[in-house]
Amino acid sequence: MPEETTDRARPVVDGAHGPTTGDVIATPAARLGVLARAWDSDIAYSFRRSPVTIVSATVALVMILAAVLAPWITPQDPFNPASLNMMDGFTPPGEPNAFTGNVYLLGTDPQGRDMYSAVLHGARVSLVVGLASVVFSLTVGVTLGLVAGYLGGRTEAVIMRVADVQLSFPAILIALLVFGIARGVIPPAQQEQATLFVLIFAIGISNWAQYARTVRATTLVEKSKVYVDAARLIGLKPFVVMVKHVLPNVTGPVLVIATINLALAIIEEATLSFLGAGMPPTQPSLGTLIRSGQQFLFSGEWWILFFPAMALILLALSINLLGDWLRDALNPKLR
Amino acid sequence: MIAYILRSMAQGVLVLLVVAFIAFSMFRFVGDPVANMVGQEATLQDRQELRERLGLERPFPLQFAAFVGNALQGDFGVSYRQARPVSDLMRERLPATVELALLSALFATTVGVALGVYAAIRRDGFLANTVMTVSLIGVSLPTFLIGIGLIYIFAVELRWLPSFGRGQTVSIGWWTTGLLTESGLKSLVLPVLTLGFFQLTLIMRLVRSEMLEVMRADFIRFARARGIPERTIEFRHALRNTLIPVVTIAGLQLGSIIAFAIVTETVFQWPGLGSLFVQAVQFADVPVMAAYLVFVATVFVTMNLLVDITYVLLDPRLRGGRALAK
Repeated sequence: MPEETTDRARPVVDGAHGPTTGDVIATPAARLGVLARAWDSDIAYSFRRSPVTIVSATVALVMILAAVLAPWITPQDPFNPASLNMMDGFTPPGEPNAFTGNVYLLGTDPQGRDMYSAVLHGARVSLVVGLASVVFSLTVGVTLGLVAGYLGGRTEAVIMRVADVQLSFPAILIALLVFGIARGVIPPAQQEQATLFVLIFAIGISNWAQYARTVRATTLVEKSKVYVDAARLIGLKPFVVMVKHVLPNVTGPVLVIATINLALAIIEEATLSFLGAGMPPTQPSLGTLIRSGQQFLFSGEWWILFFPAMALILLALSINLLGDWLRDALNPKLR
Repeated sequence: MIAYILRSMAQGVLVLLVVAFIAFSMFRFVGDPVANMVGQEATLQDRQELRERLGLERPFPLQFAAFVGNALQGDFGVSYRQARPVSDLMRERLPATVELALLSALFATTVGVALGVYAAIRRDGFLANTVMTVSLIGVSLPTFLIGIGLIYIFAVELRWLPSFGRGQTVSIGWWTTGLLTESGLKSLVLPVLTLGFFQLTLIMRLVRSEMLEVMRADFIRFARARGIPERTIEFRHALRNTLIPVVTIAGLQLGSIIAFAIVTETVFQWPGLGSLFVQAVQFADVPVMAAYLVFVATVFVTMNLLVDITYVLLDPRLRGGRALAK
């Protein structure tokens, strides 16, 4: 399995897939450029063959790019009260405002904040929290899983027991609890700046167990292989064997979990912010925007809620579908 | 079998003790309990007296033992924010959450099993495929957005159902129920749909795949060969064997239903334990948080134990030696 997880090109196998890549058989792999080799890999092949994946990859890419470039492609800075005009408040999308005549693509909220700018900046915050918490839980989970699988014995028993107990509680509950504790520990004056990091920590710590479980299982399989014995035999330290030899071979499953986990983390962040245990209204994520948009549902200003909600759904769904595809593509048994 | 159940119980008690320890550490180390309880005018002497009365001067293990003892009697101290005993607050809120969670579980299980069986029997039917696609989308939607969507359709646009609260309730002893009044029942519909939807899709997909698996088994082929009508095979033979894993999952899911009730209760302003917990988190009201944590852990451990026992009762193969080996 580890061999299938890299995108090293194997032209002979690929050529068997269809006539489009047939001419590659004659070309030695060494002469192909890096891009051409990547294009020819199994992963790229299964990507080209799945329209759903192409669409969701495009959607995810566009949304991530838009979020990253938000400060340069939006007309106003929604965090800066000076750039807002109260007279522009409650402008419906695409219609001129009754007082100022300004037109906003996605309308404005009660403070005259342009929803298009707010959604892109909100998606930026959501993505930052999502990505950072995934990196955090990945680091913790992979380290503990590797140590548990490689060392075994009592260390393994303790780590896996903790993972078991944690996995039986929903992540959202653990994240809420961590957030609540942080509220009690951090002095009120610093709370607003700290929120971002508290969220990353809370969401990250609530999701590490799954990585640990998978990595431990894969490590157990890898450990019994000859290359590990060989590495040990030449006198390498356990740490070196773990990091340089076992770790690269467990990356496939970890990548799949990380992708699906990113979608989950974004939803988790949105849920926390929606519950009021997340980003403050001065620095809103998509969840905070939905929370503040909810109260206008009854008075007919649907766009204040609708666009952040759609952005969240599109982001989570497209990343989720990408994760599903990656899981199937990396698993040779399903091919 | 008894040894097996005893072992499950021992594990459950261990988990509960660990959770109680976390809850206790929160109570003890997050903020200063005394500063949170006394007013600003309290003198140092008042504070010292309170410290002694609360037993904060005693050694740590003794304090923990006292905490567990009090918790066993349902005493979790006084809420920092509302200045009332946590046990009173919890008891007021408990009926709302229990009714919501049980009805959601009932809804998810019955509808989930029915749709799952249907999707398995009519494997390639149009309706079955539609149901599967909708369920896939449903799994990726955050719960609170489903709730908001339902509110928009049924409360704002159609005006059929209320969008918040429990409606009128009837008190039976300390228990309040919304099941006996019309407005109470109406108020339950949207929260139950919201809370049950995720579990429903989960159970449905599980029943479908299990059922398809079982329908390929040899004993089904032999039943067909004996000329037993297809309906009888589907419901008497196949469904029965499908239900064993379903009971496990459904039981375990009741725990997460209670946890996800946090979100649903906030969307619908439902006066239950979940919204109490969310408020506690926002204001760092540690005694309430600790009590809720212990409550949820107790529910989880109990459900796990019940599922273990049901599992053995339902599947005769697990009785005797093999269950012990597990």
